[in-house]
Amino acid sequence: MVTPAHFIALAVILFVIGAVGVLVRRNAIVVFMCVELMLNACNLAFVAFARMHGTLDGQVIAFYVMVVAAAEVVVGLAILTSIFRARRSASVDDANLMKY
Amino acid sequence: MTHHMLLAGPAAETTRLLLYWLLAIVSVAAAIGMILARRAVHCALMLAVVMLSLAVMYAMLGAPFLAFVQVIVYTGAVLMLFLFVLMIVGITAADSVIETIRGQRLWAAIGGIALLVLLSLVIGHAAIGPAAPASPNFGNNNVNALARLIFTKYVFQFELTSALLITAAIGAMVLAHRERTVPKPTQRDLAQQRVASGRPTPLPGPGTYAQHNAVDMPALLPDGSQSRLSVSPVLLAPEPPDLEEPPGIGNGHSADTTPSGPEETSGPAGSSGQEGASGPAGSAAPGPGQEAGEQW
Repeated sequence: MVTPAHFIALAVILFVIGAVGVLVRRNAIVVFMCVELMLNACNLAFVAFARMHGTLDGQVIAFYVMVVAAAEVVVGLAILTSIFRARRSASVDDANLMKY
Repeated sequence: MTHHMLLAGPAAETTRLLLYWLLAIVSVAAAIGMILARRAVHCALMLAVVMLSLAVMYAMLGAPFLAFVQVIVYTGAVLMLFLFVLMIVGITAADSVIETIRGQRLWAAIGGIALLVLLSLVIGHAAIGPAAPASPNFGNNNVNALARLIFTKYVFQFELTSALLITAAIGAMVLAHRERTVPKPTQRDLAQQRVASGRPTPLPGPGTYAQHNAVDMPALLPDGSQSRLSVSPVLLAPEPPDLEEPPGIGNGHSADTTPSGPEETSGPAGSSGQEGASGPAGSAAPGPGQEAGEQW
């Protein structure tokens, strides 16, 4: 019997994996991908909660999260390309110009 | 909980459970592979697997609209954008394994476990009930009901997302825009550059005389060595230690370096017997098949 709790547990696991990836990886693009994974995990939890409550509000919120994530990816990747153009590197360790 | 739209009965319940576990194992394995893969392209492909399995889970949870949006927007658009940027940045951009912060991985693992314990406790204490009774809002009427919610209750947020999307589009254009500081080279300039460069002919195409004609397969020169000029620099590995200078055909000095390459190391016929039918490539440059296995 598949209950919403199953999906929420899976969302927790995916969220933690994404968080560890953000902490560990140093390629900025991969860090972005891990952020996307975390957003997807949140969406899964939203959809599961919507199924649990029997209302569609959770699905609407998940839809808006997708819109915001798409906008975030567009701007983030544009920033990455401009950084890469200036510094020839996509590593988050190399972007230390403002370091004292 | 036999409240599914299409299937009912204990057999359907078992099918759903099997499908859930299959998707859970696949998505968690792909997510772990994503944070472990060195190459960013492999990470993107792993992320595509996770997103597609999440789309199937949305369909299981009675959200068919979100399932399709997940496939179209996330897997179709967002991941394609990631791959485009990876092509710009360089497809072989691999993370270095050197830790710049001491103990970063250890502390990240500890923090991850702590976050997992914390969230598990929160979920364990929350009262997560069973699925609500079936309603057409989670089946055939899903799109209509979602549209009614978006355009009535959440219409202000909907307008805000339009402003957000316009801002993001303009921001991306501004950020990715580059002022041209030198005048654009004309056709005459390009032709003069080409003649002055010593190579008036076009560059060799990838895969010529090689074992297969993929774009990342370097062409083979008459002596069996590989031409790095034939592959786009985006696709090339940074500096393979076993390939020296790209042997240019049109250069004046290449006429004496290219034939002397295999003779110094070993003859083409002799090395093919040692290497085990790897073609005419000398031991200085391994065969295309091995090269594809370790470099590309």
